[in-house]
Amino acid sequence: MIVRHRSLLILTTVLTTGALTLTACGSRDDKGSDGDKGGGNTTVVIGVDAPLTGQNSATGLGIKSGVEIAVKDANDKKLVPGVTFKVKALDDKALPPTGQQNASELVANKDVLGVVGPLNSGVAQTMQKVFAAANLVEISPSNTAPELTQGKNWVSGDKTRPFKTYFRTAITDEVQGGFSADYVYKTLKKKKVFVVDDKQTYGAGLAGIFAKKYKEAGGKVVGTDHVNVGDKDFATLVTKVKNSGAELLYYGGQYDESQVLTKQLKDAGAKIPLMGGDGMFTPTYIKTAGKAAEGDLVTSVGVPVDTLPAAKEFIDKYKSGGYKGDYGTYGGYSYDAATAIIKAIGNVVKDGKVPADARQKVVDEVQKISFEGIAGPVGFDEYGDTKNKTLTLYQATKGEWKSVKTG
Amino acid sequence: MHTLPQQLANGLILGSMYGLIAIGYTMVYGIVQLINFAHGEIFMTGGFGALTTYLILPDGISMWIALPLMLIGGGLVAVLIAVGAERFAYRPLRGAPRLAPLITAIGLSLALQQAVFNWYPDAENPRVFPTLPGGAFDITDNLKIQSGELFVLIAAPVCMASLAFFVRTSRTGRAMQATAQDPDTAQLMGIDTNRIIVIAFAIGGFFAAVAGVAYGFRVGSVTYDMGFVAGLKAFTAAVLGGIGNIYGAMLGGLVLGLAEGLATAYIADIPGMDQFGGQGWASVWAFILLILVLLFRPQGLLGERVADRA
Repeated sequence: MIVRHRSLLILTTVLTTGALTLTACGSRDDKGSDGDKGGGNTTVVIGVDAPLTGQNSATGLGIKSGVEIAVKDANDKKLVPGVTFKVKALDDKALPPTGQQNASELVANKDVLGVVGPLNSGVAQTMQKVFAAANLVEISPSNTAPELTQGKNWVSGDKTRPFKTYFRTAITDEVQGGFSADYVYKTLKKKKVFVVDDKQTYGAGLAGIFAKKYKEAGGKVVGTDHVNVGDKDFATLVTKVKNSGAELLYYGGQYDESQVLTKQLKDAGAKIPLMGGDGMFTPTYIKTAGKAAEGDLVTSVGVPVDTLPAAKEFIDKYKSGGYKGDYGTYGGYSYDAATAIIKAIGNVVKDGKVPADARQKVVDEVQKISFEGIAGPVGFDEYGDTKNKTLTLYQATKGEWKSVKTG
Repeated sequence: MHTLPQQLANGLILGSMYGLIAIGYTMVYGIVQLINFAHGEIFMTGGFGALTTYLILPDGISMWIALPLMLIGGGLVAVLIAVGAERFAYRPLRGAPRLAPLITAIGLSLALQQAVFNWYPDAENPRVFPTLPGGAFDITDNLKIQSGELFVLIAAPVCMASLAFFVRTSRTGRAMQATAQDPDTAQLMGIDTNRIIVIAFAIGGFFAAVAGVAYGFRVGSVTYDMGFVAGLKAFTAAVLGGIGNIYGAMLGGLVLGLAEGLATAYIADIPGMDQFGGQGWASVWAFILLILVLLFRPQGLLGERVADRA
């Protein structure tokens, strides 16, 4: 009896730990997508993969909505005669294995001729190969890890493109980290920083590049630490940062953790700004952190979306259409990524006839594409990286991200 | 080591919160031998209940009035859900093999999470929680305690002391002890065991709600999935302290919180160990501690009679 009881407790523990882990990966139905009005008779599907629930979903939904608006515009304007575009959006929950499953699902759907996404660089790593094997084009509006386009040895300058089907409208962290380090050291004149990352491909990569460039510039990194995705309690870390004498905390990662971190940092009496990359550039960050976000800094891709005349219409549509998520971070780039795919399809599919090797042809067309998008010029270099290398630095001022410097 | 006082305080605060949640696990286990895995979600609904209460109250109301009302509101929601779960999910399975209620608990945990996610307005994003007035209290140069953290430092011992008093001295408390010892005999002696079980769930639910409010103050926001990790850690605390023992739950929580805090802060300073320190390793050290305790003291720190009945 004793044995039975104890083994039941152990079994229970093992079973429930396993089962509860699965709760994080259970699937939710995507609510389907609209935007299928149009005059064509051939249906072509643009796939979307992004986190639509939970972690990162505010910016992830911005990607989905950006693509939906692009597709609706293409259908309304009959951009490709004889073709009606549809959106198939899948939720990867910011989890690499889920992203890979979604990639397989999109590949298996014969109507899918292009995919926009994913949001996270770590997720992209598992998806690239699946798409490459199927010759299906993938354009990410937000992946910034350099190795995705330039191969593992990009640090030593030995750049080789691993996958011909992968493109991005976002700028690599090599540029972003350098831009931030330069600003912190030369403009803000802060000589000591503490660097924290979330151990993900994007966060760790960006934080590593920032630390390297900052040291090269002459600054001192007084401490480093790592957090887990999903952590909410940073008391210990905050105490360390405060006592390190750092003048700025650089965070490589997403808004989910950093919005809580900045609040606890300021509560603990460390009056230093927190700085991060595009993963933090969302109104949700300021909304959650409240007053604590004041003075925090982020860098993000391109020029501020709302300063571009072409983007005005997009923002109006976004707001009036009741689309979910934050358009400011990646919405414009998602719109441009989807438009790039649609234009490429327009060169491949004539009179509604989809050729047998359409996917391969779309990849070739995307490589050649060049047009003026709503968030700046769209075009890709030999690695699949965007030719538009503009970055903007924003600072949280009176509850909003205000652009400080574009370069 | 000049950060030591602060890191100890951080650990104690975290541990008090774990302990409060762990009491819910341990009381239910002590009486019906059920590991109520939906308890983490009850903690979460307690936090959301308190937030809702705050949002209903007029703007600009003093936190000294709002706080008790939030505790009542959050407590009410958590207690109702805990008691409802007992009545409709667990009681029909009272005589069933033990795996059945356990699986029900997991299902309930998922259902509660999804319900809040789908129906609570704007629950996809963290919902901002109010803050207590008054910033940080500077105890010494090296020790700062936030007003929100002070709340859990006061609430946890008060809850614990009143529970101990209740269990030891009141008639219902003694009935609880009797039911825990032997439910069948207790029933023969005229104790309404169903009522006792409901009370155990209700107390666990209320304590979880207090922890939910404390979490809201400390982290600054509540999320639909905050019960998962917190519930798992509290369960660990309950096992660490000896599941079934209410003092053990509180002690287990404190030990776990301190271990996490100190390991995060100082492991990296040990020569050659800098790879294994830092925030990212907090849970690893907590679970290593659990494994060690279970290896050398399988009944937990204060556990006594895990194996005397089956």
